[in-house]
Amino acid sequence: MKTFKLGGIHPSENKFSAKQAIKTAPIPAQAVIMLGQCLGAPSTPLVAKGDEVKVGTLLAKPSGFVSTSVHASVSGKVLKIEDVVDASGYKRAAIVIDVAGDEWEPSIDRSPAIVKEITATKEEIIAKVAEFGIVGLGGATFPTHIKLTPPPGKIAEVLLINAVECEPYLTSDHQLMLEKGEEILVGVRLLMKAIGVSKAIIGIENNKPDAIELLSRIAQQYSEIEICPLKVQYPQGGEKQLIDATIGRQVPSGTLPIEVGAVVQNVGTAFAVYEAVQKNKPLFERIITVTGKSVKKPANLLARIGTPLSELIDFCGGLPDDTGKVIGGGPMMGKALTTLSVPMTKGSSGLLIMPSLEAERGKMNNCIRCAKCVSVCPMGLEPFLLMSLSEQEIADWATAEQQHIMDCVECGSCSYTCPSNRPLLDYIRLGKNKVGGIIRSRK
Amino acid sequence: MDISAIIVLGGIGALAAVILYIAAQKFKVYEDPRIDEVESVLPAANCGGCGFPGCRGFADACVKADSLESLNCPVGAAEVMTKVAGILGLEAVAADPLIAVVRCNGTCENRAQVNNYDGATSCAIAAALYGGETNCSYGCLGLGDCVVSCSFDAIFVNPETGIPEVDEDKCTACGACVRACPKLLIELRKKGPKSRRIFVSCMNKDKGGPAKKACAVACIGCGKCEKVCEFEAITIENNLAYIDYTRCRLCRKCVEVCPTNAIHELNFPPRKIKEAVAEAAK
Repeated sequence: MKTFKLGGIHPSENKFSAKQAIKTAPIPAQAVIMLGQCLGAPSTPLVAKGDEVKVGTLLAKPSGFVSTSVHASVSGKVLKIEDVVDASGYKRAAIVIDVAGDEWEPSIDRSPAIVKEITATKEEIIAKVAEFGIVGLGGATFPTHIKLTPPPGKIAEVLLINAVECEPYLTSDHQLMLEKGEEILVGVRLLMKAIGVSKAIIGIENNKPDAIELLSRIAQQYSEIEICPLKVQYPQGGEKQLIDATIGRQVPSGTLPIEVGAVVQNVGTAFAVYEAVQKNKPLFERIITVTGKSVKKPANLLARIGTPLSELIDFCGGLPDDTGKVIGGGPMMGKALTTLSVPMTKGSSGLLIMPSLEAERGKMNNCIRCAKCVSVCPMGLEPFLLMSLSEQEIADWATAEQQHIMDCVECGSCSYTCPSNRPLLDYIRLGKNKVGGIIRSRK
Repeated sequence: MDISAIIVLGGIGALAAVILYIAAQKFKVYEDPRIDEVESVLPAANCGGCGFPGCRGFADACVKADSLESLNCPVGAAEVMTKVAGILGLEAVAADPLIAVVRCNGTCENRAQVNNYDGATSCAIAAALYGGETNCSYGCLGLGDCVVSCSFDAIFVNPETGIPEVDEDKCTACGACVRACPKLLIELRKKGPKSRRIFVSCMNKDKGGPAKKACAVACIGCGKCEKVCEFEAITIENNLAYIDYTRCRLCRKCVEVCPTNAIHELNFPPRKIKEAVAEAAK
């Protein structure tokens, strides 16, 4: 069985919500739609207080090259544009909509029929992906249309679909594959046409045998799509790890996957691309896993962007009494939330409610030089060294840069495995911030 | 045998000496002897507060400069700068002594804790993660990056309030804590006559309502201080008042009108309370 060669861990999977059919979450009474919903610059609002909007109405346009459109996920009236606390823990601008009814833009095709035939040209696909605000749904939320246009001089050879879902607890991609397999493969073909490649590989970890079997059966119609079962290992969903696992190529330090001829897209993104191109549907709802050991009804929910996360928790049986932390995303790369009023965004792949006993960090001890962090690092770095280079009293950014601190993918394997409970990734992230700033200031 | 060894080694030694002498003469770098002299009177703290890499860097800059106007050693202050001026035959320019001021009063009492941070003990890391343990995302995180940065042991976090305090006798205004604070709370301000200072002890740029809700002593940007100030020292920007210490005359009128007690006065004699005065008159 294939997997990536360097490092990696296998935390207990805890997929409580596996094989729970996707349920539609109730539409909130008030939707809070963040203006910054992609990796780049926050979008520029196009609506003002009092404007009537429908589901799918364009609310904000991109404000730069790396930026995206934001659409209304509900119908109703714009109440205000104000700063609210989002998953970052800081206040950011958002459009608040008072919901009235559920009226959709007439251009959206709401029929359940699957449109398999691809009529759009390469340019039309990319234009629609940009217009309908599609971003990478794996969690990084990088605008998809930029990824679909390789920089001049670079040629894409293969499209890799990340259906790995290596994060413990999360099951949204798994369930999406089980229920929307046909649509996903149409989405994959759309992406292939947009990039101009003749081969696509879908990487799925072998803890999802039903998804592997189903997609393999559907993929028999298309000779150009290959399903690649992978051995379970975290962080296989990282771009560079997936490329290594599926086609055995290593992305050189400091470069993008296109350097080795690969473009990686998440399986959720493929589905969103299908909906955008074939159904004219902007990205205003997505599948989110609500899970945790004490959660009464762990579920995969189809929820509108802008739904307060507290409402999703209520829908799944309410907040358990022993809650210690609520994490936006998975347990490895997700981030603890400070308030449950945080609204859902395009990047919300999961909501994990951890009991206080599990959520507590262990007491930090001294480094015992066991080098476990070095052996699990999927990028071949030395996390213990990078941490000490980032500590305030002895910080040495020049050496940190030489030690490839910028290659860190922030998967957290080092912190997970450290027997002394050292906050390795916390410090490395700080170092990445500083070194990144130094590198940018040089340009 | 012995003799020849001595001759050969001696010869090599002599040849090497000649080569080294010629090389030393050819590649000699002239260094102004005054740099050493100036360096010897500097405090040797190498704190970088002057803006140069260490005391030697500063000495070099002093020797090269035509006047000492923009050069100041914050640690040694006037005393050292007079000595430097004496060595270089220049005129000493007296700079106002500065001191670090922490502009946050979000103590445990004033600012309710709404969540619990259990990550690495570093303000820079906490600030990159989120706004902090309270609803004020501008205030002090209390994890002590400023304390670690200080070479003079002049700043410490008061365990009762959770807010850093500056030791006036030890602070040299080198500015290390100013650079270390990720929330930009610390400012170098004029020490003032008899160490008397007035400053806005808040950096919250939220509107009045949310600011006051998050912290009892937040600046709400009401503008009362701006109106009462006769010297145009106070400006309000982004819902936050700022007192320009070059204009402030320490009249204390702004302190009186501030509805949230966000403006602090330091080292003033106790104020005569109006009611007490009135009662005494009776």
